Amino acid sequence: MKEVVRLRVNGDDVEVGVPTHWTLLETLRYELGLTGSKQGCDKGDCGACTVLLDGRAHLSCIMPVYEAVGHEITTVEGLADGPRPHALQDAFDLCGAAQCGFCTPGILASAAGLLRENLEPTRREIQEALSGNLCRCTGYTKIFDAVELAARAVREGRPPADLRDEALGTAAAAGSRGAGAEAAEGADAP
Amino acid sequence: MLPDELFPFQESSAGDADEAAAGEGHGVLGRRNRRVEGLRKSTGQEVYADDLSFPGMLHCRILRSTEAHARIVSIDTSKARALEGVHDVLTGKDMPIPYGIIPWTRDEHALALEKVRFIGDAVASVAAADEDTAIRALDLIEVEYEPLLSYLDPEEALAEGAEFIHEPRKEGKHGNVTKHVHLSFGPVDEKMADADAVAEGEYYFHGTTHTPIEPHCAVGKVEQNGVLTVYSSTQVPHYLQRELARVLELDVAKIRVVQPAVGGAFGGKSEPFDLEFCVAMHARRTGRPVKCLYTREEVFYSHRGRHPMLMRYRLGASKEGKLLALDARTILDGGAYASFGLVTTYYSGQLLTAPYGMESYRFDSTRAYTNKAPAGPKRGHGAVQPRFAFEITVDKLAEKLGIDPIEIRRRNFLGTGKTVNEFTVKSNGFLRCLESVEQASGWKEKFRQLPSGRGIGVAGSSYISGTNYPIYPNPMPQAAVQVQIERSGRVTVLHGASEIGQGSDSTMGYIAAEELGVPLEYVRVFSADTDLTPVDLGAYSSRETLMVGNACLSACRKLGDLVRGTLAAEWQVPARRVRLRGGWALDREDPERRVPIAKAFQLAEAEHGTLGSVGHYDTPKDVHGDYRGGTIGASPAYSSTAHVAEVEVDPETGFVEVKTIWVAHDCGHALNPTLVEGQMEGSAYMGFAEAIFEHQVFKDAAHGKKGLHDAPSLLDYRIPTSLDCPEFVALIVEEHDPEGPYGAKEAGEGPLHPSLPAIANAIYDAVGVRMDRLPFTPDRVWRALREKEAAEAEEEQVA
Repeated sequence: MKEVVRLRVNGDDVEVGVPTHWTLLETLRYELGLTGSKQGCDKGDCGACTVLLDGRAHLSCIMPVYEAVGHEITTVEGLADGPRPHALQDAFDLCGAAQCGFCTPGILASAAGLLRENLEPTRREIQEALSGNLCRCTGYTKIFDAVELAARAVREGRPPADLRDEALGTAAAAGSRGAGAEAAEGADAP
Repeated sequence: MLPDELFPFQESSAGDADEAAAGEGHGVLGRRNRRVEGLRKSTGQEVYADDLSFPGMLHCRILRSTEAHARIVSIDTSKARALEGVHDVLTGKDMPIPYGIIPWTRDEHALALEKVRFIGDAVASVAAADEDTAIRALDLIEVEYEPLLSYLDPEEALAEGAEFIHEPRKEGKHGNVTKHVHLSFGPVDEKMADADAVAEGEYYFHGTTHTPIEPHCAVGKVEQNGVLTVYSSTQVPHYLQRELARVLELDVAKIRVVQPAVGGAFGGKSEPFDLEFCVAMHARRTGRPVKCLYTREEVFYSHRGRHPMLMRYRLGASKEGKLLALDARTILDGGAYASFGLVTTYYSGQLLTAPYGMESYRFDSTRAYTNKAPAGPKRGHGAVQPRFAFEITVDKLAEKLGIDPIEIRRRNFLGTGKTVNEFTVKSNGFLRCLESVEQASGWKEKFRQLPSGRGIGVAGSSYISGTNYPIYPNPMPQAAVQVQIERSGRVTVLHGASEIGQGSDSTMGYIAAEELGVPLEYVRVFSADTDLTPVDLGAYSSRETLMVGNACLSACRKLGDLVRGTLAAEWQVPARRVRLRGGWALDREDPERRVPIAKAFQLAEAEHGTLGSVGHYDTPKDVHGDYRGGTIGASPAYSSTAHVAEVEVDPETGFVEVKTIWVAHDCGHALNPTLVEGQMEGSAYMGFAEAIFEHQVFKDAAHGKKGLHDAPSLLDYRIPTSLDCPEFVALIVEEHDPEGPYGAKEAGEGPLHPSLPAIANAIYDAVGVRMDRLPFTPDRVWRALREKEAAEAEEEQVA
């Protein structure tokens, strides 16, 4: 039994026919083709499905799709400002914060929700904001580094690539060029 | 003659020529470059198996055993078949040929044939129009079981007269022994008798699982030309292709395995699983694409995680602290199938003494079948458990002899050369690792000097950079890479290694950019597609940087030589003067003489024709003994690691808070320090998690259904959150190895091992209790503290 649901996703109004018991995550992934948000557990335990609803982080895998109606939904695909990645996305790449990358979209959503309210988060505040997102690869250190770098980049209105080595005390910035560097140059706040 | 401008805009996209000319050494390697797929991951564009969708795709779900050990009396699938929307139902007899990752122990079936051997064993599979219908169909399948005696305890399973979980491979053997290894090196009894001090213990590693955040997923599809394509979240596409061919009785050349991006694996996706066979068979029978995605619960039951091990060790040393002899007896709890167990059983002893020089040791290891989800290889395969036991025993010896724990490790430095079990070590940075953590942690000011409840502990380890031999013996290359360059300046690398988050695609990209002098954004990397890329054996045993890296280096150097030769002729200089770097071909001695790299490629293409090359890597064959099993644990190069952990223990609650772990790891040459640190931090995290948080528990009859997983969810199987982790301090040590590309060795697994014993040793420093059994949960630590108090009170009374 399918019904038509109207959603607003990444700035677009969409109409989609889905089984009435579907979650927001299933609708995003399997009907709208927005596969960036991930399913890791299907029970709200891992946070890989995290998306923004009106700017705040929510678990889309345990949210019936109807509950998302009338809200502004932002997924990882909607974080970027046109062709340029969001400062968080660029900082994640620069800091090695994404290894397998499967938890990354959810972590980015939680981090974006945090930066929306607090552009100068302490490490403890970052840890708290991301405590609902499990990462199995990194031990979180480089994720914290990336969120701090992105926050600073947004505050100072500068690309994360220009700040990374100073912020992390790492080697010459020349090494930061790489795949996608051009697209990323000039990345800043949404 | 080439026209001056072949393509518009081209020259302007080369790098800064003066910078390229001025640079010494590596232009790309050793730098904190972006990953080749980094932004694809952080923008949500990366494609994982469950992100794939094809027109007409069916959805598959697998029915699993509710019995720990039972004979299948009957399976009635008629009601499921009759359900609207169901396209196909499979049972064991549809795929009766056994498979298994190790050719000598093929003991699994895609779907159980006559017996089920653990709760969660696959019994039947349904392909339906949608997932909901498939789930409903599973409920309609009727299975009648005749329960058999089941075993959760390996020692019970190994007892005389126990019911066999598998038929013995040889008549007269015990059916519950999957592997027994006994090896002895040097005069153990003599040396033990000479020892001034002996420490011993019975240690228990509890069993943990990988829990990658991505559940296993596979899609099967039959192409118009009859080729069966299986997309799978595997870390061993080549081995999967072989086993698919075996079970489906297909020519291996008509099977294509594609590995999309994998959302974490850690060894948990390093062998074939039921879902891959099921989607392939359903696709062949229905002509439709078929997808299967495990639920999180199924991921827990598919398991193949770290073996529980019971380890009884005796270790003797001279009064100077020189380790003389070790006697080790180990029982491995293998669960229901063999998996990599043959190798695990060897590893439990073969990698035991590294990184120390031992004069003698022996080990006796037995792996038992039990009626639980199968154990297998998890990051640091087979060596993490013995490392735990060994490093605590060394600490006990150090205390008996009054030697500082770092000092006793230093005194037993293995160095380079042959180990007592005849492995050849060509580089060894262990002393530098010890020094590094000693300084960074402030060890000398802290050890035995921190306030009560606070403590510090050290441990060391060493690990392989790939296994010397493939899983199925053959004389062909272990790794191969194909590289193409063309007139635009673009470089394409085709390699078979499995990118599972560790950065193998980037590593191959960096090597190509370094060797061919192009900016990294000119390099495209394609990997792990058996139709497009040369054979590689997969992401296991930390083999990719060394083996695939060497193959990539070899392929690139052949092309680099052609390009340099062309320019040398053009400039009338010796080829060694031509340098490819940073987007340019330059004359070393006259840097003003230069052309953009694309132009250099054009000249070479004009001279030699289309430019491509292949490179491969073979392991050295003289690095191990010729005794039976002597090749298992042999590697071209060994990494080494030292950890210091600082903890705070609450004596009232037994709660252990790990404050900081300092990790020093000798990775040979850090081709990208950010990636190496990421592996070190992630490894230390995983070891910490196993020490403090995780425990794969199966219920016994007293606590519910015997053999049922106690906590198959990410809420109950506790993996640390961002709030739970200590500070990880990664300290890279670079001791170049002659076998590694640019001297590089592994970094993906080695840095895990010392976490657990370093924490155990720190708990002892903090509160004086030896934690010889894992995990260090508050109840266990609390009990150990109370026992210590009781023992001390008794001593006082006696006094």
